[in-house]
Amino acid sequence: MEKNINLRNCQTLNTYVMLTHLRMPAPIRLRELIRTIRTARTQAEEREMIQKECAAIRSSFREEDNTYRCRNVAKLLYMHMLGYPAHFGQLECLKLIASQKFTDKRIGYLGAMLLLDERQDVHLLMTNCIKNDLNHSTQFVQGLALCTLGCMGSSEMCRDLAGEVEKLLKTSNSYLRKKAALCAVHVIRKVPELMEMFLPATKNLLNEKNHGVLHTSVVLLTEMCERSPDMLAHFRKLVPQLVRILKNLIMSGYSPEHDVSGISDPFLQVRILRLLRILGRNDDDSSEAMNDILAQVATNTETSKNVGNAILYETVLTIMDIKSESGLRVLAINILGRFLLNNDKNIRYVALTSLLKTVQTDHNAVQRHRSTIVDCLKDLDVSIKRRAMELSFALVNGNNIRGMMKELLYFLDSCEPEFKADCASGIFLAAEKYAPSKRWHIDTIMRVLTTAGSYVRDDAVPNLIQLITNSVEMHAYTVQRLYKAILGDYSQQPLVQVAAWCIGEYGDLLVSGQCEEEEPIQVTEDEVLDILESVLISNMSTSVTRGYALTAIMKLSTRFTCTVNRIKKVVSIYGSSIDVELQQRAVEYNALFKKYDHMRSALLERMPVMEKVTTNGPTEIVQTNGETEPAPLETKPPPSGPQPTSQANDLLDLLGGNDITPVIPTAPTSKPSSAGGELLDLLGDINLTGAPAAAPAPASVPQISQPPFLLDGLSSQPLFNDIAAGIPSITAYSKNGLKIEFTFERSNTNPSVTVITIQASNSTELDMTDFVFQAAVPKTFQLQLLSPSSSIVPAFNTGTITQVIKVLNPQKQQLRMRIKLTYNHKGSAMQDLAEVNNFPPQSWQ
Amino acid sequence: KEKKKITRELVQTVLARKPKMCSFLEWRDLKIVYKRYASLYFCCAIEDQDNELITLEIIHRYVELLDKYFGSVCELDIIFNFEKAYFILDEFLLGGEVQETSKKNVLKAIEQADLLQESQNEEWGGSSEDIL
Repeated sequence: MEKNINLRNCQTLNTYVMLTHLRMPAPIRLRELIRTIRTARTQAEEREMIQKECAAIRSSFREEDNTYRCRNVAKLLYMHMLGYPAHFGQLECLKLIASQKFTDKRIGYLGAMLLLDERQDVHLLMTNCIKNDLNHSTQFVQGLALCTLGCMGSSEMCRDLAGEVEKLLKTSNSYLRKKAALCAVHVIRKVPELMEMFLPATKNLLNEKNHGVLHTSVVLLTEMCERSPDMLAHFRKLVPQLVRILKNLIMSGYSPEHDVSGISDPFLQVRILRLLRILGRNDDDSSEAMNDILAQVATNTETSKNVGNAILYETVLTIMDIKSESGLRVLAINILGRFLLNNDKNIRYVALTSLLKTVQTDHNAVQRHRSTIVDCLKDLDVSIKRRAMELSFALVNGNNIRGMMKELLYFLDSCEPEFKADCASGIFLAAEKYAPSKRWHIDTIMRVLTTAGSYVRDDAVPNLIQLITNSVEMHAYTVQRLYKAILGDYSQQPLVQVAAWCIGEYGDLLVSGQCEEEEPIQVTEDEVLDILESVLISNMSTSVTRGYALTAIMKLSTRFTCTVNRIKKVVSIYGSSIDVELQQRAVEYNALFKKYDHMRSALLERMPVMEKVTTNGPTEIVQTNGETEPAPLETKPPPSGPQPTSQANDLLDLLGGNDITPVIPTAPTSKPSSAGGELLDLLGDINLTGAPAAAPAPASVPQISQPPFLLDGLSSQPLFNDIAAGIPSITAYSKNGLKIEFTFERSNTNPSVTVITIQASNSTELDMTDFVFQAAVPKTFQLQLLSPSSSIVPAFNTGTITQVIKVLNPQKQQLRMRIKLTYNHKGSAMQDLAEVNNFPPQSWQ
Repeated sequence: KEKKKITRELVQTVLARKPKMCSFLEWRDLKIVYKRYASLYFCCAIEDQDNELITLEIIHRYVELLDKYFGSVCELDIIFNFEKAYFILDEFLLGGEVQETSKKNVLKAIEQADLLQESQNEEWGGSSEDIL
């Protein structure tokens, strides 16, 4: 009876409402609008429709039309999804949320989640509505409120409403309890300090039968354990209960409600496994308690479908991360090995990723699967190839180097350009560590230079040069092969640079035909100069390469006999080169011919064997010596005497206790000769004669081959003789084709210092010029930025800018950095600010 | 605006994938898991520590839910009833985590919420189809 009366009243009301709107046509329906918009044939047509409708909606909002508000907001949301601005609907969402009608609330909350976020102050107005709705009599309204809060609640909202959420976490209504649990997770993420208040409510969460509540409870417990070591310790006692629940899931019969392809609630299984991982980590007792169940899951899970493999995957991750017994670990790695053979490429991908994580700790076990991994290099999928490559490098050792290198070189040949730089670097590193012979080493380098010469990283060039210098008996062979290589093609810059340097150093060996390893070729001095001059002239040669070539030519003036005049002529021509770098060199070399001719032979002496500061981590350092000189090993005779003195003095100061007479690698080594004494006081110990530096420099004069950190104000020790190995690199920034990668180095003896080498690369088709990288760190850190290698990031990833950042972090706080990038690109000035938050823990802990 | 940029970039990256490639890719510092159903791609961004394979199952579960709700769902169903797709999503996931692992329970909740909406709208005269 009562209901009828209500209905009649409502009908009257409705009629009244409709009558007042007779003059104004009802706003078009949502589905109608969608249909209309989809008939648009051009972007312009669509835009026009959208604008028209937005105007109608706006006026409707202005009239405070309650009936159709939700229709208008719904339409706005659709247009927002298409990418059009909808900010003017934000307040309307709030009005809908405040309405008593469920339809309104549904659309209102949806709108809030799509249109609002903590950056708009408007969102705070929701707080009161949500608070009321959290206490609403209808559970679906409460659900809406929990959902919205858990999705986009800001820290202020979370603070205000955490109490309500906590209340609902204790309700017996499982529909609300599960939502409250996930809402609590969000609150904790936003306001970690509030975690404590949810602790009491977690007491019997795991006693629930309802899977929804169980699942969300496990998520909540996981979040709490991950954030607080105290919570972690507190919840360890739950391990037996978790093991029991997991066991029931596996052993129980078919449960239609939770079954996925014959497996009972895989989502819950996976989450429990993950929580077990966190609880068992570093704890022997917990790990032991879960040992059996892990073995059970690992052996009994059906692997024919993805869902079973998902569980196995999580199991493997858990086994590897806790203190499991070795039998279990082997089982896990074997599962990964089987994954590698799976037809499903997703499974293979996941296997490779996991193996990469475990290769350090369980190296031998992973080695067993080496051939399968190497096969994955031939996979079609880019992500799989990358992982296979990384894993292959991790598995290379002295025993398998020959076989592995063959595969890796083949891979280098055929892989996508985005891999070639990393692959080349990896090959160099591996070759350096495990080369079975010098000849093999040189051959491998040659192969890389000739196949992927243009992708080789800039820092590889000085490394290679140093390597070649030290392979004394191979000089003739090396220079001959390099000469032959660039005869045909001198477009690959790193190859040309190395070749030019070698020809400059060992050109005399080349023309005298001294090669033992292979048939010596007949080359005249003029032919050698021809090729060097071609490099100088060529448009393909970069400024750096030209510098190498010019210096090489200059050096040959003391090694060649018949062509000195030609060399003089070349050098003098470049004295008026537009390229300032070349011009300076040429002018200095000219001076060498004219005023300082007596010093020329001494200055251009053969480079001695250099001792390298060893690195033992997979990260490579690029050391710039504070100059923008991109070829740090270039011989550059000082224009006047005193200069090298002061440089050498600086080195002495910085090297502190080392009583070595340092040689500045950028300056040529000099023989103590009669004149030019001011240069040579410091270098008196070195006994160099005209003979090639086969006589190794006496042990008391170890020389730093890599340009040292001249500006090292943070540590006076020789840097990095004891590097903490294996800090993973990160991509700190990747946007608009500009990618910046950070690689890390830390010293075991001075762990407060983290040296970050940034490499900026450019995948677009135009160079980025005037590139400036700036960084800022929080106040507890100190930052030192050394000069960059250049200011141009060449297009198509053909080169990188490297720059070294040193961070002093005495309080071992989590590294954070704000970076600012400015550069010119495609004719316009670009600027960007970004925050780098993904520093690996090993870089600052 | 940022959202638009992200969407565009992501869409381009995913559409560039060839059919033989695996369902995961790296994007910024996240992992993207995608699954293709006819002409639709369902993409999900997860964090480094999340399990990619179970994410595939999550995507599939969502599609199953849509399928059950709409009865053999097709692309047009989702376009014309996007708000319902969202409502279903909000019963399945919350704050980026799965809230209900039983298909039956998710569908039941949606059904009941729809009923509530219907009955309220009838009280005020008219069905929900009239309202939106």
